[in-house]
Amino acid sequence: MNFSRFGIIIWKEFKHIYRDPVSLRLVILMPLIFTLLFGYAITTDVEHIELAVYDGDKSYESRELIRKFAASNYFSFEQMVDDSDQLEALLDAGEIKAAIMIPDGYGKKLKRGEVPESLLIIDGTDPTIARTALQSGNLIANVYNMKTISGSAFQVSEMKTRVWYNPNLESTKFIIPGLIGLIMQNITVMLTAFALVREKEKGTIEQLIVTPLRPVELILGKLVPYILIGSIDFLIALFFGTWYFKVPIHGNIFLLLGLGFIFVISALAIGMLISAVTKNQLQSMQLAFITILPTVLLSGFMFPRDGMPLVIYWIGNLFPMTYFLEILRGIILKGVGMEYLWKDVLGIALIGVLLLSIAIKKFHKSLD
Amino acid sequence: MNAYLIETADLRKSFGKVIAVDGISLKIPTGSIYGILGPNGAGKSTTIRMLCGLLTPSSGKASVDGLDVYTQSEKIKQRLGYMSQSFSLYEDLTVLENLRFYATIYGVRGKEREERIRQLIAMAGITGRERQLAGTLSGGWKQRLALGCALIHKPQILVLDEPTAGVDPVARRVFWELIYKLANQGITILITTHYMDEAQSCDRIAFVFTGKILAEGTPAELIASGEFKNLEDVFIHYVEETTGQKVKSSFEEIKFLHKQDGGGSQ
Repeated sequence: MNFSRFGIIIWKEFKHIYRDPVSLRLVILMPLIFTLLFGYAITTDVEHIELAVYDGDKSYESRELIRKFAASNYFSFEQMVDDSDQLEALLDAGEIKAAIMIPDGYGKKLKRGEVPESLLIIDGTDPTIARTALQSGNLIANVYNMKTISGSAFQVSEMKTRVWYNPNLESTKFIIPGLIGLIMQNITVMLTAFALVREKEKGTIEQLIVTPLRPVELILGKLVPYILIGSIDFLIALFFGTWYFKVPIHGNIFLLLGLGFIFVISALAIGMLISAVTKNQLQSMQLAFITILPTVLLSGFMFPRDGMPLVIYWIGNLFPMTYFLEILRGIILKGVGMEYLWKDVLGIALIGVLLLSIAIKKFHKSLD
Repeated sequence: MNAYLIETADLRKSFGKVIAVDGISLKIPTGSIYGILGPNGAGKSTTIRMLCGLLTPSSGKASVDGLDVYTQSEKIKQRLGYMSQSFSLYEDLTVLENLRFYATIYGVRGKEREERIRQLIAMAGITGRERQLAGTLSGGWKQRLALGCALIHKPQILVLDEPTAGVDPVARRVFWELIYKLANQGITILITTHYMDEAQSCDRIAFVFTGKILAEGTPAELIASGEFKNLEDVFIHYVEETTGQKVKSSFEEIKFLHKQDGGGSQ
């Protein structure tokens, strides 16, 4: 490797970036916009499930049960209907997601100390909403029934529970660290996906091939400016993700920044490989999408990887983002350090080195 | 010093089933201006791209200054300047930045670099525009700047792929004046073209058609080889001989374009 050739490639690449202020602005704005946009959009917390009630009993007890539902955060009471057919119509129309039918005699049974029946109907089209509605609806009804039957002194023997790391089970706490990883990956892959292809399209690559410039100098030289930009993007995404959405970083922030830097290089290597093997910007764009989309689903960003079939699980292991998600969640939520994360760091580093080596090898210094 | 700076023997290149170069044997004398003449798609660019190391030949032999194109192409690169038809400049870099970039890539540095850049800018006639972005230059200036970039490392051989395509006649004339000066300084020049007047200016020419050399020699030899008035006649003769078709008569096949004597209605 000749360092003056390597250096001049870095210099040239910085000039290209500097002379294209629109792209530069976009690259800096992207992490900001994406973090804010997705941070608000992606939440699996279910609140205010629309509820309608058919009360066939019209007793004090039945009204009290309805009041308990309405008072909970999970349900928002929409309306009272006169017969069960109306409930069906409302569910069909999608105006409500849950319905309660209280039969005649509910109050009397309860006063006699029997457990009365009532029906909670849930729109199961969205399983996430349905599951929450089912669990919380059951809980509200049972607690109410039990308390009324046995008086306020009633205590069931219960199992005490503790939830660690994210005690209130807020989905933002889980989503935001992953989101930072996802945004970073998408931006960085795009940054380098066009780096070589632009030269191929403009024909300047021919001129470079006839010089003594070596592929390793060209590819690493082109990488350097984007490492800087990618790192700035990481700082922006991390800052807005944690500060704006109030997700505290429990671990060592400097470790997180250092590992983020390694991840940026690894993700840039994906783009560089794409750029090395494609012939024009359209192809790189398509290949970038083919790469990015599976990582969203297979990296554990949305769905837990433990439940995936083994083959899919292994495919997930190929993406640096899979490891980076572990690092982000580990440091931000759990506050753990290298003693738990070294395997993930090793994974990212190995993949990065491997991808760059393939890119350098695949980028033949010829046009055929 | 070799009498022939570039030599090829039965050089071939195919892309899949398409044969672009079909057994070309060339001997290019050191210090000459050598033209490869032929219509578009004849295999001119493919031939010179193999010599520059841009493409790997499918078979055959080729050497530049005694260096083998298969195994020593990196050494060839230090001796060879190449300018493509698209001028391959970085349009968002200035004149000076383009020259500095290529100088550094070729390992020219320090005072030597600045001195060469100054001279090349003067040669290209773009003094005073050093800080202008290359993309804002006119066609002729771009062409001469690209030539400057190709000369920054003092190559022995200058390979020009249709260098005058898309520039105006004045710029073309200025460019050829430069080519003569460079040849006088001992640089061997290999140039492809499909302009007859440019071919006339070369010391020797090879006429390439469908990947083969149909004729080779000095312009005067070629014209004298038959009853030809000029180079154009020579080449039309060879194309007709190869394809078995009359170039001039092919227009008569397109009957519907002919004006009919009886007028429009039948």
